[in-house]
Amino acid sequence: MVPVTTLHYLVVAAALFVLGVIGVLTRRNVVIVLMSIELILNAVNLNLVAFSHMWGNLHGQLFAIFVTVDAAAEAAVGLGILIAFFRNKETINVDEIDLLKW
Amino acid sequence: MNSALNPGMAPVATPFFFYLLAGLAIMGGILVITRSNAVHSALSLIVTLLSVAGLYLMLYAPFVAGVQIIVYAGGIMVLFLFVIMLVNVERASKDRRFNRIWPIGLVAACTLMGLFVSAFVKGSRINDMFRDRGMLLPESSNTQQVASLLYGEVDRMGRYTLGQYTFAFEIASLLLLVAILGAVIMTKKKI
Repeated sequence: MVPVTTLHYLVVAAALFVLGVIGVLTRRNVVIVLMSIELILNAVNLNLVAFSHMWGNLHGQLFAIFVTVDAAAEAAVGLGILIAFFRNKETINVDEIDLLKW
Repeated sequence: MNSALNPGMAPVATPFFFYLLAGLAIMGGILVITRSNAVHSALSLIVTLLSVAGLYLMLYAPFVAGVQIIVYAGGIMVLFLFVIMLVNVERASKDRRFNRIWPIGLVAACTLMGLFVSAFVKGSRINDMFRDRGMLLPESSNTQQVASLLYGEVDRMGRYTLGQYTFAFEIASLLLLVAILGAVIMTKKKI
C-alpha cells in the first residue's frame, strides 16, 4: 500500500472545501449554508494541521486553533442573525433575503 | 500509537484508517449538502467533524483533535440543533432544497474543483518534495523525529500561545467577546 503523504490529506481537504462551496452556493436553507461554511473551515484546518505535521512544528496547529475560535464566533453571530431574520420575515430561505438587491 | 515508541504494539495510524476516515468525512460532507431535512444534515456534519478529528489524531495533533470534538461536535453542533429546533423547518424541508441560482453556483463550484484538480495534477512532482520532507507516520523510519514531535506538545503550544502569539491570543479573546455580545444583542426582541 502506498504510504500516506501530505498530498493525501490535501486532496481530502480540497474535496471537503469543494463540498462546502457547493453547499454555500446552492442550498436554500440558511442553516445548511452555515453548516457548509463550517465544512469549509474544517477543510482549511485539515490543511493547516497537515502542513504543520509536514514541517514538524506546531505553528500550523496553533493557527488551526485560532481558526476554530473564529468558526465558533461566526456560528454564534450567524445563527443570531438568522434568528433575528426569522423573527422579521418568518422564513429562513436564501431566496427571500433580497432586501439589498436592485 | 507508535510501534517504535511502544515496542510490541502494531501501528494504529495505518493507510487503512486514513482511507476509512477520509471516506467517512467526504461521505458526511456529501450528505450535509444533499439532505433536505436540516437535522439530518447536522447529524451528517457531526460524522464529518468526528472523522476529521480522527485525521488530526493520525497527524499527531491530539490537542487539535480534542478541541475539534469539544468545540465543534460539543458546542457548535448543539447551537445548530438548537436553532433548527427554534426556527420551524418542517415546512421548509418540504419545498425545493436548492435555491434559484443553483446552476450558476454549481458551475462556479465545479470551476473551483477543476482548479484544485489541475493544481494537484500539475504539482504532483512536488509530491516527491512532500515525501522527502517526511510524513512522520509510523511506517516512516524517522521515529526520533516522531518522538520529539509528540513529546510535550500541549506544553509547547501553551508556551507559543502566551509567548510568540500573545497578540493573536488576545485578539481571539476580544473576537469571542464581541461575538457573544453580538449574538445576544441580535437575538433580543427590543434593544
